[in-house]
Amino acid sequence: MVRTPTKPQLLSGNEAIARGAYEAGVKVAASYPGTPATEILESLATYEGIHAQWSPNEKVALDVAFGAALGGVRALASMKHVGLNVAADSLFTIAYTGATAGLVVVSADDPGMHSSQNEQDNRHYARAAKVPMLEPADSQEAKDFVIEAFHISEEFDTPVLLRTTTRISHGKSPVRLGRRRQPRPRSFERQTRKYVMIPGHARGRHVVVEERLERLRQLSNTIPLNRIEMGDPDLGIIAAGAAYQYAREARPGASFLKLGMSYPLPDELIRNFAARVRRVFIIEELDPFLEEQVAALGIKVRGKPRSMRLGELDAAAVAAALGDKPPAPEPITDLPARPPVLCPGCPHAGVFYVLRKLKAVVAGDIGCYTLSVLPPLEAMDTCICMGAAIGNAAGLERAFAVAGDQRPVVGTLGDSTFVHAGIAPLIDLVYNQGCATIVILDNGTTAMTGRQDHPATGRTARGERTHQLDLEALCRACGVDDVAVVDPYNLEALEQALKRAIAARHPSVVITRHECVLLTRGAPRKPAHVVEEMCVGCGLCLGLGCPALGAIAAEPKGRLKPSINQELCAGCGLCAQICRREAIEWEQP
Amino acid sequence: MGTAVTAPTNIMLVGVGGQGIILASEVLCRALLNAGWQVKKSEVHGMAQRGGSVRTDVRFGSEIHAPLISAGTADLLVAFEQLEALRYAHFLRPRGLVLLSTERIMPVTILTGPHPYPENTPSRLEQRGAQVRLVDAPGIAAEAGNPRTAGIALMGALAEYVEISAPAWRKAITALVPERYRDVNRDAFRRGRRLKADRAG
Repeated sequence: MVRTPTKPQLLSGNEAIARGAYEAGVKVAASYPGTPATEILESLATYEGIHAQWSPNEKVALDVAFGAALGGVRALASMKHVGLNVAADSLFTIAYTGATAGLVVVSADDPGMHSSQNEQDNRHYARAAKVPMLEPADSQEAKDFVIEAFHISEEFDTPVLLRTTTRISHGKSPVRLGRRRQPRPRSFERQTRKYVMIPGHARGRHVVVEERLERLRQLSNTIPLNRIEMGDPDLGIIAAGAAYQYAREARPGASFLKLGMSYPLPDELIRNFAARVRRVFIIEELDPFLEEQVAALGIKVRGKPRSMRLGELDAAAVAAALGDKPPAPEPITDLPARPPVLCPGCPHAGVFYVLRKLKAVVAGDIGCYTLSVLPPLEAMDTCICMGAAIGNAAGLERAFAVAGDQRPVVGTLGDSTFVHAGIAPLIDLVYNQGCATIVILDNGTTAMTGRQDHPATGRTARGERTHQLDLEALCRACGVDDVAVVDPYNLEALEQALKRAIAARHPSVVITRHECVLLTRGAPRKPAHVVEEMCVGCGLCLGLGCPALGAIAAEPKGRLKPSINQELCAGCGLCAQICRREAIEWEQP
Repeated sequence: MGTAVTAPTNIMLVGVGGQGIILASEVLCRALLNAGWQVKKSEVHGMAQRGGSVRTDVRFGSEIHAPLISAGTADLLVAFEQLEALRYAHFLRPRGLVLLSTERIMPVTILTGPHPYPENTPSRLEQRGAQVRLVDAPGIAAEAGNPRTAGIALMGALAEYVEISAPAWRKAITALVPERYRDVNRDAFRRGRRLKADRAG
């Protein structure tokens, strides 16, 4: 990937960020997969001359990137918005220390929650951690702003937050590529008052941070990333990122203050702009982050209605906020929903089928398996954040003991999620003598985000072999003596293992191990068949929620005679094992 | 292309996660770029891709800002699946065109939900003022020899309605489809393009 074509390339924002990092001479990049940030590191891993790694979680990723920047080379850490919660502990103090070479942290937010558990607005992190923030509005800017972010990082000795949203990260637009620069590595120098944050040192650094913020504010006033585009002086719109694009579309003739550096805000530029237009509107997605700060400057601003703090904008929504009446055809509402589903042959399906059968209270976690909350499986009771399943299960079990609730408590989380944030709570469970059952759904990949490797797969971000974390040994080392491994394609063995673990009065781990079907796509498979004369239409098999089964059970009222879509069926045999009348023919591989 | 600023053309591709919408839209965008247009595309990854309803927005013209198509402004709706055509019908502008695949994929929710799989999709779309062209994409893909080429067959059918030269399309397919699937996809594209799209009734 050293070629440098002059024709613009169609890149996603994430690919453009990776390209920007490459051109800026980044040497080390780290991340944990999370939509919509995943492809930044995936793309970085395709470049020569960059060490790009998946870390077990975002905090580790940021710590590694900071260490690299401290060591004298440009480094980048990327993550989805909630990933920055995990890395925030590091970010807030790295903001005090600065580094030796440039450090850029990318946060990809998800307004509209296309693939997230919350809709937090990470612009607040820039303000809370007192670090500068850049917000690109398309792929070209995504690339250019990364390069600019490294300049700012080194000139002001601060980590820089580059904040995108789903539409910037996963939107594609043309990008002009440039050459890779190769900044000379800087030399790490021992400066304990700068890098060892004991209170006495940190007090001094806080002074530096506040002074730096003032200098950054001056930069924000003069940097070309913040620019006035004068149009009709009747209406002045202040916007950044995707919101700017929607506003340009909705009111092409208006005057704009386009913010590329959105923290610290350019106070003088904003005052100047406000003086040149009759009305000032702020257009922004999610929280009134700009609105409140601009209002605090004493400028009379019109923000968007409170209801528009929810979800994504588009040009029509912006037009409506500005008082227009864009066309709004009514959607057709009497349609069956089509939520995402577990894949045909998903090894998680059988686990949740059995857990529901056992009437377990299931503390869930972040991954494909969260889809088991939907009908017909309906087998999950909580989903909060990465690694929460184990602690949540421990607490539920504690409460049930007090309340005399007899229902079994099971925590379920994937292999990648377990490595991310499940180890400490498993130690807690043992240490505090809990006896919840923990199921590690080990499908050998980080499936939901598109099959990324992690420490327990034994492969790196570049697909090279490395040490493979032994999950059983790890659980035992945490103090769990009762560790069972079972193939979730074998429903009888699975049910026995879960029953036994649930009945035990000590902490237990059941590792359900079967490769994700997406990893074996294209391999020979033998689809199952319904034996028409044996099937009584009881519908038991449909309780799995398998798309290969559900796909044709479209009969009107009455019994649901399933048949099996031969294109979709993975031949896992779960439905055949559930059938009590041997009405599904299936060949065990 | 031209120097005058023209209104962007909006094409929305809708269907079910796993139907190959991402590849088809990649081919479309690459072909548009090859033809000299400014292009923006927007889609979502992650959870939404697991067999759920998916939508990809493609916009092209001499100058493009918003990455998303607003309701009532899509010039073309390319529906890889019938139910999904109805779900996104309100994005179409008046007299907009639907390229409607004959494909029907039952969602799991029809087993437990209140709504059956809808019938008469073409006429329901026409009642809303849309023009409908029915495309037997699964049939074309089968003829080409690989059911997974249905999306590229739809791009072939789409070729009649967008200003992209044949070489621009060809280069896009060559650049984006892995070599061992290239011929079958080229074949599906040609068959889709040759198709006298049936007026739906």
